[in-house]
Amino acid sequence: MTKRAGVGTIRVIGVGNAWRGDDAVGLQVARHLRERLGPSVEVVEAEGDGLVLLDLMEGIDHVILIDAVKGGGQPGTTVRLDLSVRSRWGTVVPCSTHAIGIADAIDLARAMGRLPKQIILYGIEIESVDSGASLSEPVREGLDAVVEHVHQEVERAQCMKCT
Amino acid sequence: MPQKGKRTRTISIGTIARVEGEGALRVTVKDGEVRDVELRIFEPPRYFEAFLVGRHFAEVPDIVARICGICPVAYQMSAVHALEQAFGIRVPAPIRDLRRLIYCAEWIESHALHVYMLHAPDFLGYDGAIDMAKDHRDAVARGLRLKRAGNRLLALLGGRSVHPVSVKVGGFSRVPTRHELLGLTDELLWARDAAIETIQWVTGFEKPEFRQDYTFAALAPEDEYPFNEGPIRSSQGLQIEACDFEQHFTERQVPYSTALHSTLNGASYLAGPAARLHLNASRLSPLAKHEWEEASAGLSILNPFNTIVARSVEILFALEEALRMIQSYEMPRSSSVPVTPRAGVGMACTEAPRGMLYHRYAVDEQGTIREAKIIPPTSQNQRRIEDDLRAFVPQVLNLSTKEAALACERVIRCYDPCISCATHFLRLEVCEATT
Repeated sequence: MTKRAGVGTIRVIGVGNAWRGDDAVGLQVARHLRERLGPSVEVVEAEGDGLVLLDLMEGIDHVILIDAVKGGGQPGTTVRLDLSVRSRWGTVVPCSTHAIGIADAIDLARAMGRLPKQIILYGIEIESVDSGASLSEPVREGLDAVVEHVHQEVERAQCMKCT
Repeated sequence: MPQKGKRTRTISIGTIARVEGEGALRVTVKDGEVRDVELRIFEPPRYFEAFLVGRHFAEVPDIVARICGICPVAYQMSAVHALEQAFGIRVPAPIRDLRRLIYCAEWIESHALHVYMLHAPDFLGYDGAIDMAKDHRDAVARGLRLKRAGNRLLALLGGRSVHPVSVKVGGFSRVPTRHELLGLTDELLWARDAAIETIQWVTGFEKPEFRQDYTFAALAPEDEYPFNEGPIRSSQGLQIEACDFEQHFTERQVPYSTALHSTLNGASYLAGPAARLHLNASRLSPLAKHEWEEASAGLSILNPFNTIVARSVEILFALEEALRMIQSYEMPRSSSVPVTPRAGVGMACTEAPRGMLYHRYAVDEQGTIREAKIIPPTSQNQRRIEDDLRAFVPQVLNLSTKEAALACERVIRCYDPCISCATHFLRLEVCEATT
């Protein structure tokens, strides 16, 4: 957990399944971000059960989630959603890769009164989720841009909390 | 809805909600009689069987852990025991105990997830845990904390809570210190009390009247509740070792599912918590045995809707067993035994949260996998689920197709089918066809 003087905490969580093609993109973005950000912000990779998110979000003020989505956009493009203000968004992220997906986990956190103050989702439009496949061409090409977007988001969050 | 004249009605569930992974159901009823029940399972273990061939044995535990994000330990345990059998290795008692302990963690986590998040909403009249949480916040909080207690134990033993990395052929890459394990005692004691509350909570749920004459099959050792060892027994008197599994349990392909159907002597059988309890109730830990005796006095294990009680009793057992092992734990001098590969075949069956999980590997003298076979519990239960539905559907034909489909889903969820960690939009589709 990364504490910044008197300003709460930030955590970046990449979600996905490393063995299902483009579904790994959230994990890969998290890995790139960890290299860029160093120890200043905690970056976590979450595989499997979406309920783990409830534990990962506990006590954190500002959560940035990164996950694969299928929302009808071009593969490799990114959608940014502020989940702190959006109560109905599951249809925007129709492709959950997990038994209890992140949409369910967020809704459950909201129902339990455990949602972080701010929670931003970066969803990457995906093409295929074949078992054992690597990232598809368009998603791989879009990777750097997503990393950059999320990096800027983290800097904004840090800046906001320092003022 | 009442039907007049000749009519074919199809109850179809495009994707079954609140089961682990991907699955679909099609039930065809003609003139009031159930003609076909097809549970379609999209199951990746078959892919993994092919993927494992040509890999070094040491890679197997990490690869099979990826088959399922809910029960990775089960896949790892069946794999390491099968490979150790092929290599003629027996692990010492402390390693054996740690393997029981890590399995306890997975049962706690997996069962708590199913009981609270996936199954309880069926009995309390909610679409899912999120709706249920609005009215039953304390219960949902208890379930989440129970699950987290399992996660914490698993993370300590496995290196992390999802896809643990410490399990290897011959033992563990790292074992916890006594101090680390004792640090979990308070939380596990809380969880033990919460498990008793859970049993009492789910025992009070109103269950539909429905009974089937099951053949139960599970590991059943002489002197302990099963995890990793023991002969396989059935309620019909079968008693075999895991190496004879394929001689008695046969698989066949069905055209509508990627999962193979397993049968025992040509008929369906039931694996999982209810089967384990039926065959091993005398081997439960003291509190779990007491609670099961109290709860089972008023319920039938032949009603699949009571599996939520069986699963809850196993949460309590796993917590008592974990606490017992932690109290007596002494850190072993070595976390693993040396492994020298040799050519051969090894088989093992362990008790995954959802039932028996069988693995067989053929390995060459360099330790390269030449053949792999994985028979997960959901594949074994698939035929049994269809048999349940065949008997159950006539009870719900008076309902609308949508309501009937939802009732069928509830039967399927009793089995906690772990169809796999998979990729699918949770969506329910009901369609009706007439001819």
